[in-house]
Amino acid sequence: MDFIIGHYNYWIAILLMMIGFYTVISRGNLVKKIIGLNIFQVSVFLLYISMSTVKGGAAPIITEGVKLYSNPLPHVLILTAIVVGVATTALGLALVIRIKEAYGTIEEDEIHQQDHSL
Amino acid sequence: MQEHLSLLLVIIPLIAAPIAAILPRGRSSWSLALGVTLICAILAGLQLWAVVHDGVISYDLGGWEPPWGIEYRIDAVNAIVAMIVAGIAAITLPYALLSAEKEIPGDQLPLFYSAFLLCFTGLLGITQTGDIFNLFVFLEISSLSSYALISLGQNRQALTSAYQYLIMGTLGATFFLIGVGLIYSETGTLNMMDLAQRLPEVSGLKTVHTGFAFIMIGFALKLALFPLHLWLPNAYTYAPTVITVFLAATATKVALYVMLRVLFTVFPEGFVSATPTGDLFLLAGMAGIISASIYAIYQMDVKRLLAYSSVAQIGYMALGIGFASSMGVTATIIHLFNHALMKGALFMAVGAIIYRIGSCHMDNIQGLGRQMPWTFAAIVIGGLSLIGVPGTAGFISKWYLVLAALEQQAWIVVAVILIGSLLAVVYIGKVIEVLYFRPATETNLRVKEAPILLLAPTWVLVMANIYFGLNTELTVGIAQRATQVLGVTAE
Repeated sequence: MDFIIGHYNYWIAILLMMIGFYTVISRGNLVKKIIGLNIFQVSVFLLYISMSTVKGGAAPIITEGVKLYSNPLPHVLILTAIVVGVATTALGLALVIRIKEAYGTIEEDEIHQQDHSL
Repeated sequence: MQEHLSLLLVIIPLIAAPIAAILPRGRSSWSLALGVTLICAILAGLQLWAVVHDGVISYDLGGWEPPWGIEYRIDAVNAIVAMIVAGIAAITLPYALLSAEKEIPGDQLPLFYSAFLLCFTGLLGITQTGDIFNLFVFLEISSLSSYALISLGQNRQALTSAYQYLIMGTLGATFFLIGVGLIYSETGTLNMMDLAQRLPEVSGLKTVHTGFAFIMIGFALKLALFPLHLWLPNAYTYAPTVITVFLAATATKVALYVMLRVLFTVFPEGFVSATPTGDLFLLAGMAGIISASIYAIYQMDVKRLLAYSSVAQIGYMALGIGFASSMGVTATIIHLFNHALMKGALFMAVGAIIYRIGSCHMDNIQGLGRQMPWTFAAIVIGGLSLIGVPGTAGFISKWYLVLAALEQQAWIVVAVILIGSLLAVVYIGKVIEVLYFRPATETNLRVKEAPILLLAPTWVLVMANIYFGLNTELTVGIAQRATQVLGVTAE
């Protein structure tokens, strides 16, 4: 029981990760795939952030009288990763718009059909 | 100057990229990009020379000492990979002028060269950095720009293949990110050398093993190691030819470099051999060689055929890693270098055909070999190198690979390497047969030889294939040195 409750942050990360991953694999709609990809990435962000928590630690801003801080490094790393994620999403959505213009649909199987009927 | 070499290699293309985007005409952006890649190629050459003669270069970004600051750490391994990336880019750009003007709308050319420079920055950055998170950032810079570059292809399939690559590439990069996070949580450091010192203490922990697995799978996706290669054939087929040349010759090589670095430098000795990693690499390599070569035989589009052949060649490189012996890794590094030369030459020659007739489908290129003798000769020599005929670069890498396999008495692997070469004879033979022995159609009879601006870069690479097939001192010497630096011990 301790194992389950004590690691709840990891369980949440894993759950989100699997939801995202499953969405990417199972959905045929290109926008939904990108949403899945986002959920997948966010789960990794959460994994990093929750890792950096120090029990009883304050926010990593130097204040008088505070000795214990959370680890600020993962926060900074994740800021970078969020920027990367936003760029990926933007590029992915831009591609979806172009695909819609070229094929008239954003369903994977319909695109597949059009490519093979040629 | 010399101490700043490693940083300049990344900074110069990074600064040039936005400038290339705002320049008014395609040709001016092209000149800028050409200048930048030439400078980078010279700098990479100087860097390689400095590393070979004076040993490891360590550069602290912003004066912050490692492991706190980001360190650029250059040894024989990254120096050679950086040299490949910069050299191929400098050879590709003269080729790009005509080929890109033909395949990409004029108003998009400045953006095209801008994205190209960004991709170049990312790939060079991966080779230079000694910080594993910094590596992730550069990986994403190169990946994002390569998705954009691939989507610029002429067919609408270019869009879907770029999208497919985006999804798979992002999954791979995120897997890598998870792995780095898990390892960071156990060691508290991101600097590769620091990681190498701290990992032995914690190498028994499950977290570290899981992190290792995530990093491997993530990069196997970027590397297009069988069976994670599904994005590669489409991406290479539909991308503009220049991008196919550049990515085929550099992107997978850089991913392979990261693999070598993580396996042999970052993780302690004995860690990898205690896991089934080596066997998995051997298995994936052998399955990749056989199946991708068979797929290649059935392709009707020459670009796609060569793309499948790339998957097979990545299999050969994986074999060398799988042996985890100094001979095996030497073979991998030699093949990494040689494959960049042969695939670069082959894709360029195919690009010359596309430049003339707008397609490289088997039905359209019949008899063109007689009309375009220089292009055809480049395909033949490149193809021979791919097969591994003595006198070409491809022979050297296969030779060392077979030696590595014999050293461990892995007869099955030797057999697979030979069968793979025979299959290569079949698919290259098919291209040659269509190009030379089939009668040319009416329209093909009027096709002229490709312009010199396309032929010259192609032939530079073709000559390199022959040169490095005859003079092995340079490649083998550097590869052996690199293997020592990686810390692979002789069996």
